[in-house]
Amino acid sequence: MRTPLSRIRGLGAAHHGTEHFWQQRVTAAANVLLLVVLIGIMVTLVGSTHATVVATLSKPLVAVLLVAAIISVSIHMRLGMQIIIEDYVHTPFRKVVLLMLNTFFTWGVALTCIYAVLKISFGL
Amino acid sequence: MVELTLPKNSRVVEGKTWPKPEGATNVEELRVYRYDPDSDANPRIDTYYVDRDDCGPMVLDALIWIKNNVDPTLTFRRSCREGICGSCAMNIDGTNTLACTCGMDESKGAVKVYPLPHMAVVKDLVPDLTGFYAQHASIEPWLKTETPEPSAEWKQSREDREKLDGLYECILCACCSASCPSYWWNSDRYLGPAALLQAYRWIDDSRDEATGERLDNLEDPFRLYRCHTIMNCANTCPKGLNPAKAIAEIKKKMVTRQL
Repeated sequence: MRTPLSRIRGLGAAHHGTEHFWQQRVTAAANVLLLVVLIGIMVTLVGSTHATVVATLSKPLVAVLLVAAIISVSIHMRLGMQIIIEDYVHTPFRKVVLLMLNTFFTWGVALTCIYAVLKISFGL
Repeated sequence: MVELTLPKNSRVVEGKTWPKPEGATNVEELRVYRYDPDSDANPRIDTYYVDRDDCGPMVLDALIWIKNNVDPTLTFRRSCREGICGSCAMNIDGTNTLACTCGMDESKGAVKVYPLPHMAVVKDLVPDLTGFYAQHASIEPWLKTETPEPSAEWKQSREDREKLDGLYECILCACCSASCPSYWWNSDRYLGPAALLQAYRWIDDSRDEATGERLDNLEDPFRLYRCHTIMNCANTCPKGLNPAKAIAEIKKKMVTRQL
């Protein structure tokens, strides 16, 4: 038996969360700019030859912007998915597993995309 | 996982239709949620007819009329009947509001009356607010100071006092918290819009000396950051307050003290 106040206080305040909140806003703002760039690059490359695409992605500015977009979108995706899991999954074990999978998945997606961009950019 | 359907024993069934008042020409239909914890029966919706010529204009007037004239077992909370005490908060036509300030005329067709959503029901229209009140207590809603108490009152400038407008008027009716999906799914850890609005009322009070301590107590992924600015709280507040804005102000202060 616990009193209602004891139940509500639970394990106390975690003293974090603000960084998560702030990172989500910063990456959201970055995504607005970087996704415009990403879509712009994709639109200009529609119908281009393989050689043109490779030449475009070999330009340092294009490659850097694409890598920045991948990093920003991946961080934002991980933070957003984490919130959804915390909101809706209440079984402790399942929640921890899903939170880990979320991290692995976003790291996997990010690293694969960055590797692809760098490989093309450096002509490897 | 979150449950989107009600457990079998909570599913609402059709209840009794009570007779129309004899000789009444101006009749209003009310469909009211009924639940008796002493029986094993599922909750039901009873249909009542109220004589508008013998009853006040508000939904609370109708409920009192039903209790006095039709069915004395109908259970609900009420006290001030003028939007000050917050006792008669319930869900009327899908919106959380106060039965005493909600006119029957505002409904199209039958007036549908349910208890506040996603809270345990004690009986009929009475929700269990134990956790809600504990959340309010947890934010320590009183002036905290260390400076020796002045011989008269703690002084506050007119401008600082005005900052509390839109905050101090909260009557703790629970309409906002019970309308918030984040609160529905995580009311054990998320404090909810009402408690957070009250927290900000003290955070923003120029006389209070525990602002940092109060922010520390709220800095938590669940206590504060479960608010996703859905805005149901501001939409439903019968006093016209904006808990979502108060929560945003708390988040702003959290960021400000880190940058």
